[in-house]
Amino acid sequence: MTVGFVMLCHTALGRAAQVARHWAERGCPVVIHVDRRVAAKAYAGLTQDLADLPNVRFSGRHACEWGTWGIVAASQEAATVMLRDFADVRHVYLASGSCLPLRPVDELRAYLDERPNTDFIESVTTEDVGWTVGGLDYERFTLRFPFSWRKQKWWFDTYVKLQRRVGFRRKIPAELVPHLGSQWWCLTRQTLSAILEHPDRAKIDRYFQKVWIPDESYFQTLVRQVSRTVESRSLTLSKFDFQGKPHIFYDDHLQLLRRSDCFVARKIWPDAVRLYAAFLSEDRSRQAAAEPNPGKIDRLFAKAVERRVKGRPGLYMHSRFPQENFENGRTAGPYSVFSGFADVFENFEIWLSKASGARVHGHLFAPDRVHFSGGETVYNGALSDSAKVRDYNPKSFLTSLIWNTRGERQCFQFGPTDTQELNWFMSLDGNAQISVISGAWAVPLFHSNQNFGDIRREAARLQKIEQEFLNILRAPSAKARVRIWSLADFVENPMEPLQTIMDEIGPRQGRRLSEVPRMADLTGFGQFLQNLRNQGMQPVLMGDFPVGHDPATKSTRRGRPYLVK
Amino acid sequence: MAGLAHRLLALLSAAGRAYGLRTRRRRHLWRAFRSRRKVQAVKDRSGTIRPRDILCFMAVRNEMLRLPHFLDHHRSLGVDHFLIVDNDSTDGTRDFLAAQPDVSLWHTPSSYKQARFGLDWVTWLQIRHGHGHWTLTLDADELLIYPYWQTRPLPALTAWLDDQGLAAMGAMMLDLYPEGPLSAAEIASGGNPLSVLRWFDAGNYGVQLQPRMGNLWIQGGPRARMFFAKDPRRAPSLNKIPLVRWNRRFAYANSTHALLPPRLNRVYATDGSEQISGLLLHTKFLPEIIAKSAEEKARKEHFANSALYDDYYDSVTRDPVLWCPESEALGSWRRLEALGLMSRGGWI
Repeated sequence: MTVGFVMLCHTALGRAAQVARHWAERGCPVVIHVDRRVAAKAYAGLTQDLADLPNVRFSGRHACEWGTWGIVAASQEAATVMLRDFADVRHVYLASGSCLPLRPVDELRAYLDERPNTDFIESVTTEDVGWTVGGLDYERFTLRFPFSWRKQKWWFDTYVKLQRRVGFRRKIPAELVPHLGSQWWCLTRQTLSAILEHPDRAKIDRYFQKVWIPDESYFQTLVRQVSRTVESRSLTLSKFDFQGKPHIFYDDHLQLLRRSDCFVARKIWPDAVRLYAAFLSEDRSRQAAAEPNPGKIDRLFAKAVERRVKGRPGLYMHSRFPQENFENGRTAGPYSVFSGFADVFENFEIWLSKASGARVHGHLFAPDRVHFSGGETVYNGALSDSAKVRDYNPKSFLTSLIWNTRGERQCFQFGPTDTQELNWFMSLDGNAQISVISGAWAVPLFHSNQNFGDIRREAARLQKIEQEFLNILRAPSAKARVRIWSLADFVENPMEPLQTIMDEIGPRQGRRLSEVPRMADLTGFGQFLQNLRNQGMQPVLMGDFPVGHDPATKSTRRGRPYLVK
Repeated sequence: MAGLAHRLLALLSAAGRAYGLRTRRRRHLWRAFRSRRKVQAVKDRSGTIRPRDILCFMAVRNEMLRLPHFLDHHRSLGVDHFLIVDNDSTDGTRDFLAAQPDVSLWHTPSSYKQARFGLDWVTWLQIRHGHGHWTLTLDADELLIYPYWQTRPLPALTAWLDDQGLAAMGAMMLDLYPEGPLSAAEIASGGNPLSVLRWFDAGNYGVQLQPRMGNLWIQGGPRARMFFAKDPRRAPSLNKIPLVRWNRRFAYANSTHALLPPRLNRVYATDGSEQISGLLLHTKFLPEIIAKSAEEKARKEHFANSALYDDYYDSVTRDPVLWCPESEALGSWRRLEALGLMSRGGWI
């Protein structure tokens, strides 16, 4: 008993001939169907090529346009020839001209001999398939499809919609339960002949001729009526991309295909010299007759399809430039923005980098230059510290920085003296953790040695800028994790906010902060604010600092924090 | 009511823009047609081109140093025929190219700048020979690579692009540089520039959309970092669309940075997914660039507003070191892809 191959060919006939010869010379009869649209000369070349093989036949030719009945008609006719001419064939294997056997024929034969009554055909009810193109599964059987999906897409879609609207339905022959599955099957003589000699075949064929993509449903549906044992999987390894087009295997897939332990793979690129040479050479002997195991390939391809469909978050480049709000992640990873902290605490950056273990930059958006961590002039990915380059395309600057430092959390200082161009971008970025001590910009002014008139003007300017920043952060559409404290509230109790932020950054989770940074001296700050008020400015963002009452200074002078358990 | 008027206005302006670009494309084609007599055939082997051949078009001037490796690289990728316009080379480029069996060579003494930086000549060749072919339009200092390029030649790529319904593939220019000063990176004539130009900037590229033609505008790399930090807007464009399934009605608009009709510029995905793209390894920074920069500064043939680039030429003439501690060494394509400089898209 042996297995016979039915091959459906339409291009790369040279490769098809090579594979047919491989099978035929190893005792497997082959019946070849060549698409009617193939030129006569090429067809003659193929027949001549294989003329010396007694167990190769050619069957009547049909035009096989994708998704049409021709493919089923071709399979039927070729299978009939196979069953008629080769009596010792027990399993018939449907393959294409771009298939390649991955394992020796003897192993396939032995595998089938152990399962003499099993039909290998993927056959799934319409409710259970998730992979149909265009979302048409059950409707394939109940609508009419006179237009080509590939060449007349608009007519196809419109006509489908029209039929849905009108409520048109074809009647499915009573005895049939629609099933779908891969068109590459391997059926036993009993099953196949029962399908081909079905008493109602004329009626069934007439029905399926108007079903969409009948090659994925004809045998898959009928096998359920006549088969004793259906094993619902294909012996052919065949992968599809997100558009439903078959993936092609190239030379660099050699190891992957070897380890899959599948019997046959499609589609193979015709010029994949190494693949054809490796798999059609003298049969390799293996240790054990392993079960086909396409799992590894499945995983790899699923990952690749995800990359294609979802892209790499935070990447902007020549072939990925998402529209706003379609980024699937505006940046590549979480990062933290601290506004006002460096004004309130002395040496905040050093403390933060110690406490969090993250990379801590100064004011990345400072007007003079980019203050990278450690004062670097060129940072990861060769990012320049030039303020002009940064401000020319600030979005690219930030997304590049976060992309270049994937795996290491970035923190940076921010404030109303910095360029404000990215405020919306960061506010809408779910990766941003933005913590603001509002009004903290007044602390350096308080300590500065400027004329009070200048201080007043600067304070008014910065307050306006920060107010706008806060409005953006409080917008309902904001996605960043935003925390805002007024300076007064923060100074009152600095430990809790810091602890919350640190827990969120969290590489050293669960640890209580043992050391708090030293707070700037705020003695007299209340009076300073009162002076601003007296000069006609209204400082509002700092919160409530009563004149002459300096609550914060007490708690921070101690160096060790006051911990609330 | 106001909404309707607004939409109508937007529609009208889009139509006006489309019409303007159509006019521009036809003007380019007309210029190419008119310049046809300015290019004289030196060795025309275009009769040997077969229907599905992959063609490479370019204009060159004094590129003897790079051409042998350039041809080898693209031959092994699967380019079947090169169609080249020689703009008055004096270093033997012409004789060398005329002797290559897969090169068709034309010659012109005309001005590069006045021929739309050589595009008029090349467009004319594309009208005559490119129709229906997958075409590469390159400069002699550009080496195309793409995902899997060592194992899958160009016909595999173009067949896949056809299958996906894609008519073009983008490739960013990746400026390569040596570790020391430019003058130290000597190679023998015809040698492999990649043996000395081993470094690049991995992640300082700014991307923006140019709404007029819908192409991306990418700037960055060592030139932006070193020479244009004061005026980043002038930094060279790095976005390119070198691989196109050609139609005789197509025309490059601005070097190979953008293409008309504008739909061809959409080589990028906008819905968050990833399309396929390659890279053009830019081998500009070989030692001869130092002398060439002085010459180009005087010739004023490379920029529409050449005086603005005098500083740039001066900086290059001073033999700078482009390398910095953050430079990345050139490795496999998988590394370049992981860095996000190119992408395999859905090609697995």
